[in-house]
Amino acid sequence: MAVLQFREAIKHAIDEEMSRDERVFIMGEEVAEYNGAYKVTEGLLDKYGYRRVIDTPISELGFAGLGVGAAMNGLRPIVEFMTFNFAVLAADQIINHATKVKYMTGGQADCPIVFRGPNASAGQLGATHSVAYDSMYAQFPGLKVICVSEPNDAKGLMKSAIRDHNPVLFMESEQMYGLKGEVSDEEDFIIPIGHGKIKREGSDVTLVAHGKMYHLAVQAANELEKDGIECEIIDPRTVKPLDLELILQSVKKTNRCVVIDEAHPFAGFAAEIGFLIQREAFDYLDAPVLRVCLPDVNAPFSKPLFDAWLPSPKKIIDAVRQVSY
Amino acid sequence: MAKKVTSDIRFAPTGMESPEKGGVQKGVDLPEATGKKHKSLGLTIQQIKDMYQQMYLQRRFEERAMQQYQKGKFGGFLHLYIGQEAISTGTVFAFNDDDDIITAYRDHGWGLCRGISANEGMAELFGKATGCSGGKGGSMHFANVKEHFWGGYGIVGGHIPIASGLAFANKYNGNGRISACFFGDGAVDQGALHETMNLAKLWKLPIIFVVENNGYSMGTAAKRHTVAEIVDRAKGYRMKSAVINGMDAFSVYEKMKEIAEDVREHSEPWFVEIRTYRYRGHSMSDPQKYRTKEELEEYQNIDPIERLKAYMLHEKLCKQTEIDSIEEGVEKEVLTAVRFADESPFPKEYELYTDMFVEDNPYFHV
Repeated sequence: MAVLQFREAIKHAIDEEMSRDERVFIMGEEVAEYNGAYKVTEGLLDKYGYRRVIDTPISELGFAGLGVGAAMNGLRPIVEFMTFNFAVLAADQIINHATKVKYMTGGQADCPIVFRGPNASAGQLGATHSVAYDSMYAQFPGLKVICVSEPNDAKGLMKSAIRDHNPVLFMESEQMYGLKGEVSDEEDFIIPIGHGKIKREGSDVTLVAHGKMYHLAVQAANELEKDGIECEIIDPRTVKPLDLELILQSVKKTNRCVVIDEAHPFAGFAAEIGFLIQREAFDYLDAPVLRVCLPDVNAPFSKPLFDAWLPSPKKIIDAVRQVSY
Repeated sequence: MAKKVTSDIRFAPTGMESPEKGGVQKGVDLPEATGKKHKSLGLTIQQIKDMYQQMYLQRRFEERAMQQYQKGKFGGFLHLYIGQEAISTGTVFAFNDDDDIITAYRDHGWGLCRGISANEGMAELFGKATGCSGGKGGSMHFANVKEHFWGGYGIVGGHIPIASGLAFANKYNGNGRISACFFGDGAVDQGALHETMNLAKLWKLPIIFVVENNGYSMGTAAKRHTVAEIVDRAKGYRMKSAVINGMDAFSVYEKMKEIAEDVREHSEPWFVEIRTYRYRGHSMSDPQKYRTKEELEEYQNIDPIERLKAYMLHEKLCKQTEIDSIEEGVEKEVLTAVRFADESPFPKEYELYTDMFVEDNPYFHV
């Protein structure tokens, strides 16, 4: 095991896949000469040159669509968005084209492409830079949505994403790029898409949390442990395909569940998990499934308001206490 | 600024109902057609006959499709290409067979001249399993990828960035193929075009952007939806450009051949405006109150198919009887296609779940 930063783990995955497959290239704003806005692509230009590491204009719709066409015509693009908040400008290409071209041509064209970049909030960045889009994209058929919390998962799943023959969204976080963690140094380390992981075992309540929210769940679990409440934490790692079986097994054991999701409440990931648990494990529940997510308001700038807006360990602890009667 | 009575304020330029106030009545003005004859264009007599057959096939295929639509044989949208056949035909004859072509939803003609049979095309319109896209695409999504026709796309301007990606991959692989992206005058107003033109010029992509300016963005005349001359968009990107008479297959062939060679040699993009005319409405539900009968007749009088036929007879390339037999052959082919489509099976219910993902047992959320 090597200790790597989150950004290094992603870079290693991209590097390994680029050296393995000539068809893989990466493009995005500042990925080449600037070495990446968040240094995820640092050194790749020097290693692979201008043909395969490409700076784009600030033109999300244009270069995302260019990636879709390149994927259809035999390449394997990695398209970096500086944040998924900017990818909204490219939503037509992701939602209307990447996901649909295979289906509407009756299978004649494939679209093996990875769209990646940070998702959701990253401190006081205001209303337009703070949105979590994983639930929204998971709504659309034809997309795989990966949203990881730790460097090891990032590496193994990024490699799977690049090798996948379908469009994949890979979501990161500005606030996690410097996070260190042990990463497998197994040669060609792969984590298959669609498998969650029990990251902490416990018998009293199941916490489901992905991305940045996983780390809040860990903090809450550590606090609750002092009071004798043992949380089991499940990190789904991929939002879609969803590893529902893993969540159900845990809920059937703990009989209680809190879902932590950095998205707004309506029709989001937390709502979906809650629905699925009631459908599949109704008789096992000792309390309603609760969720800790954002309120139905935009991200504020002001620090106290922002703190009130974002999920926190305290909010998770309160929810766990509410279901632990 | 003096205060104005608010009822006098206007935004969109006025349409044909008040021409005295500067209202726009005419969709498009044609440039001169080429005066060259087939020999100096390098076309053989057989190629001329094939061109004629292809254009006539596109015309009769759509006229029969329209009948079938009106009979209720299939639903959805039906956007007809009638009047614009010289563009698809002239271009395909000018290009190499492995050059990549992609277009918008007015795509039947493009499909037919890039290897989709009348049978497969008509069956696709009917939503049958034997259609070119297995019945999953319909009128707007004809495709024949193995013959480098990447399909018709339904979001105005949405396929333009994709076209640049086809060109990017060709340059990346150094395979010498060029790409051409066709779209209507309505798409000129989309941001996608401008982002893509900038990228294509900056990255020197081997691509031709082609506006098939048929005068109308649905029901809005070109001069009511876009400023200045469309072709002048090229100037801002320092892109080479041309305006072509799209009612004449020879003009399209001549210029597109020159442009294709230039793109292949220099790997840099062109922006081309081909002026043409759409005889039918935007789609089948269009009452066409935005144009005059006289304007439509003006273009029908210079019909590209009639023009080629007249040329063949005038130049004595063949006799009327030979033209009759080409037409009869096409008529038979199209009627056979209608029967084929009608008798073909619909896709099986399990096909609902195929072609979503590449893997054999994909995940579907339930």
